[in-house]
Amino acid sequence: MSLYILCFILFLLGFYCLLVKQNLIKKIIGFGIMEYAINLFFILLGYRWEGEAPILDKHQVIVNFVDPLPQALILTSIVIGLGITALMVAIVIRIYEKHKSFDINEIRKLRG
Amino acid sequence: MKENGMSLIVKRITRITVSLIFMFGVYILLHGHLTPGGGFAGGVIIALSFIHLVLAFGKETAFKRMDQVGASIAESFGGLMFLGIALLGVFAGKEFFLNVLPKGTPFDLFSSGIIILCNIAIFIKVGAGLFAIFVALAIMRIPVDDPGQEDGR
Amino acid sequence: MIEVHVILVLMIIGAIAAIEIEEMLSSVIAMGAVGIGLSLQFLLLRAPDLAITQLVVEILSLIILIKATVGAKMPKEKFRARIGYLIFALLFAAAFLFFSEQALRELPGFGSPLMKMGSEYLTEGLKKTGATNMVSAIILDFRGYDTLGEATVLFTSVIGVLAVLRIVRKRA
Repeated sequence: MSLYILCFILFLLGFYCLLVKQNLIKKIIGFGIMEYAINLFFILLGYRWEGEAPILDKHQVIVNFVDPLPQALILTSIVIGLGITALMVAIVIRIYEKHKSFDINEIRKLRG
Repeated sequence: MKENGMSLIVKRITRITVSLIFMFGVYILLHGHLTPGGGFAGGVIIALSFIHLVLAFGKETAFKRMDQVGASIAESFGGLMFLGIALLGVFAGKEFFLNVLPKGTPFDLFSSGIIILCNIAIFIKVGAGLFAIFVALAIMRIPVDDPGQEDGR
Repeated sequence: MIEVHVILVLMIIGAIAAIEIEEMLSSVIAMGAVGIGLSLQFLLLRAPDLAITQLVVEILSLIILIKATVGAKMPKEKFRARIGYLIFALLFAAAFLFFSEQALRELPGFGSPLMKMGSEYLTEGLKKTGATNMVSAIILDFRGYDTLGEATVLFTSVIGVLAVLRIVRKRA
C-alpha cells in the first residue's frame, strides 16, 4: 500500500513540473516522469509474492508466475512514450530556432 | 564538428563494438519467443548501433552510406510486411491475424508459427524508423542561401 | 520488498533533482537516472522483457533530449507570475492523494493479484501458440491488434518528426 502512495507521489511530482515550470524542456521532463510513474504502477499491480518471471523452462516445473497481462500492455506503452518524446523534442527545436528562447512568456509575446 | 568525427582511438574501437552490438540485437530478436526480448528491444538496439557509427565517424562520412531515404523505405517495408503477415489468415479462409503457420516442438528456434515473422517485421520497422528520427535531428539546419542567413545547430 | 521501496525513494529524489536544477543538461541527466532506476525496478518485479526495453529506450530518449538542450541559453524563471498555478497544483495533489487512498482500499492488496485472464494465458499459452515466452505470445498472438495499433502510432510519430524537421529551401 505504501508502494502505491510513493508511486503516486512520483506522478504528482511530474504533474507539478509540467504545470508550474516555464521552461519548455522542463515540461518535457515532467511529462516523462509522469509516464514512468504510470508504467511502474501497472507493474506493481501485477506482482505476486514469490512469483517468477512468465517464461516457461525446460527442466523445471514452475507453479507460481506473476501476471503477464500488464507486462504485455506496458511494453507497448514504453515504445509509444519514446515516439511522444521524439515528436515533442522536434517541435521544441523548431520553436527555439524561430524565437531563440525556451521561455514560454517570451514565446507568447513575440508575434510573427 | 570541425574535423570528421572523433579521434583515431574511437574509430578503431567502433569498428569492433558496432559489429558486437549488431549481433546482440539480432540475437535478442531471433530468440524473442523463447527468452525475454523480442522485436521492439531488438529494433531499438539496432538503431543504437547505427547511431554509434554516425557519432564516431562524423556526419559527412556516415551519411554517404545510409541516409534518410533508405531508412524511410525500410520502415515502410517493415510495416507492409507486418500487415501482410496479418492478412495471411484471411487468405487461408479464416479470421484476420490467425496463427496459421505450423507450430513445431517447444523450445525450438522455429516453433510458434507466426510469432517469429511478426518479430522480424517489427524489428525492421522500429529500427529504421528510429534511425530516420536521428538522421532528421542530426542533419537539420537552415540552408545558407544568402550570406546573412544563420546556420542551425 | 525492501529493495523496491529503496529504489523508489531514490527515484523520487532523482525526480526532485531533475525538476529543481536550473542548468538544463544536468536536469536531463537526472531524468536519465530516474529511467535507469525504473529499469532496475522492472527487474526486481520479475519483468525482464520490460527491463531490457526500458533501458534501451531510456538511452535513446537521452540522446534525443541532449541534442535539444546542448548549447542553448538558460532563461530566468519569474516565480511571481505562476503562484496561481502552484496553489492549484498543491490543491490537486491533496485531493488526488485523498481520493486515491479511498480507492486503493478496494484493490486486492500488493502481492495477490486477481489474475482472471492471466492464469488462462499461462496455462493455455504453450499449447495454443507454441511459444515459451508468455509476454511475446500475448503481444503477438492473443492481443495482436494492440501491436498493430502501436506500430501505427510509431509510424505516425516518425512521419511527424520528419515533417516538422524538414529542410525548408527558400527561393529568393
